[in-house]
Amino acid sequence: MLELRAVTAGYDRRAPVVRDANLTVAPGEAVGLLGPSGCGKSTLARVAALLHRPDAGEIVLDGTPVRGFRHRAPREQRTAIGVVFQQPRLAADPRLRLADLIAEPLRATGRRASAADRVAGLADTVGLTPDLLGRRPHEVSDGQLQRACLARALALHPRWLVCDEMTAMLDASTTAALVRVVEDYRASTGAGLLSVGHDRTLLNRWCDRTVPWEAVAAS
Amino acid sequence: MTSDVDAAAVKPAAPVWRAHGGARRSTHALRLRVSAALVAVTVLAVLLVPPLVQLDQQAVDLAAKLEPPSWAHPFGTDDVGRDLLLRCVYGLRVSLLVGVVAALTATVIGTAVGAAAGALGGRADRLVMRLVDTLSSVPHLLLGIFIVAMFRPGVWPVVISVALTHWLSTARIVRAEVLSLRSRPFVDAAVSGGSSRWRVTVRHLLPGVLPQAGLAAVLMVPHAMWHESALSFLGLGLPTHTASLGTLIQSARGSLLAGQWWPTLFPGLFLIVPTLAVAGLAGAWRERINPRRRSELML
Repeated sequence: MLELRAVTAGYDRRAPVVRDANLTVAPGEAVGLLGPSGCGKSTLARVAALLHRPDAGEIVLDGTPVRGFRHRAPREQRTAIGVVFQQPRLAADPRLRLADLIAEPLRATGRRASAADRVAGLADTVGLTPDLLGRRPHEVSDGQLQRACLARALALHPRWLVCDEMTAMLDASTTAALVRVVEDYRASTGAGLLSVGHDRTLLNRWCDRTVPWEAVAAS
Repeated sequence: MTSDVDAAAVKPAAPVWRAHGGARRSTHALRLRVSAALVAVTVLAVLLVPPLVQLDQQAVDLAAKLEPPSWAHPFGTDDVGRDLLLRCVYGLRVSLLVGVVAALTATVIGTAVGAAAGALGGRADRLVMRLVDTLSSVPHLLLGIFIVAMFRPGVWPVVISVALTHWLSTARIVRAEVLSLRSRPFVDAAVSGGSSRWRVTVRHLLPGVLPQAGLAAVLMVPHAMWHESALSFLGLGLPTHTASLGTLIQSARGSLLAGQWWPTLFPGLFLIVPTLAVAGLAGAWRERINPRRRSELML
C-alpha cells in the first residue's frame, strides 16, 4: 500500500499548498488524481514520491511509515517509487546522453556491470532506437526525451509509479505509446500507479479509479 | 497617411539595429583575437626565453647602470646595470606563476565551499555563508598583508595569501548556481533514482557550475597578479632580488624621481598589458556563457 494520511504540504508553512490530503493506492491498482492546474497535485505527487517533506501528516509505504524524505529516506524506499515528471526538458540533466540518463539510477545504486544490457532492454521497451541513445536531450524531441525519462523511472523495477502529468507535453500517439508501456510494466510486475493529471478522459480510460482533487484534499 | 508615416519610421529601424549588432560582434572578435595573441606571446615568452636565451638576468654591470633604452638593452638597464627586458620577462614569469597558482587554488577552495554550502543547504549553508560574509567585511589586501607577514618573504607566502583571500566571491557564485540547479526536476529524478548526496553534487550540480567557476578563475589571474605586485611594492611580498613585476616597479621608484622613466614604465606595461589581455579573454568567455551580461574587468 502507498498511503498518504492527512498530508499538509507546501513551500511556506503559513500558506500550505496541500491541506489534509488522504489518498491510498493498493498494490497493482492504478489511481488517477484529477485536478485543475495549480491546485497542488504536483506537490502531492512529490510528497508521494518522497521528494518533498510534508509539513504534517504521514506517508506509509508498504506498511512502513516514512521517516525521512529526499536523501533522508532510505535508498530502498526512494527507489521503490519510480517518478515521471511533467516536463522532460527539466527532468533530464542536459549534459547526459540518453543512454547515460537511463543508466543513471543503475549506476547510482551500484549496478554498473549490468547497466548496458538493462539500458538496451529498457530502450526497446519504451521504443527508443539505438541511434537516439547516443544523443543529448537538446537533440531529441519532447516525446523521445519523455520516453527516456520513463525508461529511467522503470530502471530499478519500482513497485510504485508516480506519473505527474506525464503526457501533458506530448501528442496523442506518444501519449498512447507511453501509457501502453506503463500498463505493460504494471501487468508484468503488479506495480501500483498514481497518475496525476487534468485530462479526465485520459485518466478515466487509463486508471482503475479516478479521484477528483476535492475528494482528496481540503480546500 | 498615418500608416505611411509609421511604416517609414519603422522600416529602417531593423537594418540599423542589425548593423550595430554586427559592428559590436566584429569589435568583440577583434578584441578576442588581440587578447588571445597577447596571452599567447606572453606565455611563450615566459616559457621559452629563460631556457633559450642563455643570459643571466642577475648579471650586474655597474658601468652600464640606468642606461636609457638602446639596441643593446631595448628596455634600458636598472640601477645596478641589469638588463630590464630580461628582468621583465623573468618578473612576468614569477608574477604569472603566482597569479595562476593562486587563482586556481582560490577557485578550488571557493568551489568546494560554495558547492558544500549549496548542496547541504539549511543550517550548514547559513553558517558557511555568514563566515564568508564576515571574511568579506575585512579588506582583503589587509588580510593578505596579515597572512604574508606571518611567513618569510618568498613566492609561496604570496600565493597562500592571495589564494586564502580570494575564494569568497567564487564561493558565492558557485553556491548561487548550485542553489538554482538543486531545485530542478532532474535533481529530483536523481534523488528518486537512489543517488547519494555526494553523487548528486559531483555528477549533476558541479558540472553545471564549472563554466562559471572556470570564468571566475580566469578573471582572478590578473587580479592575483596585481595583488602580488601590490604586496611586493609594499615590501611584503617577494624579496627584492627576485624579479617580479612588483619588485621591479618598487625598486624603480627612486630613479623615477630622478627622471629615469624606463625602469618603471616597462614593468608597468608588462603588468597592465597581459592582465588586460587575460581579462579580455575572460570577457569573451563570459559573453559566451551569458550574452546579456556586459564584460567588465574585475580588479
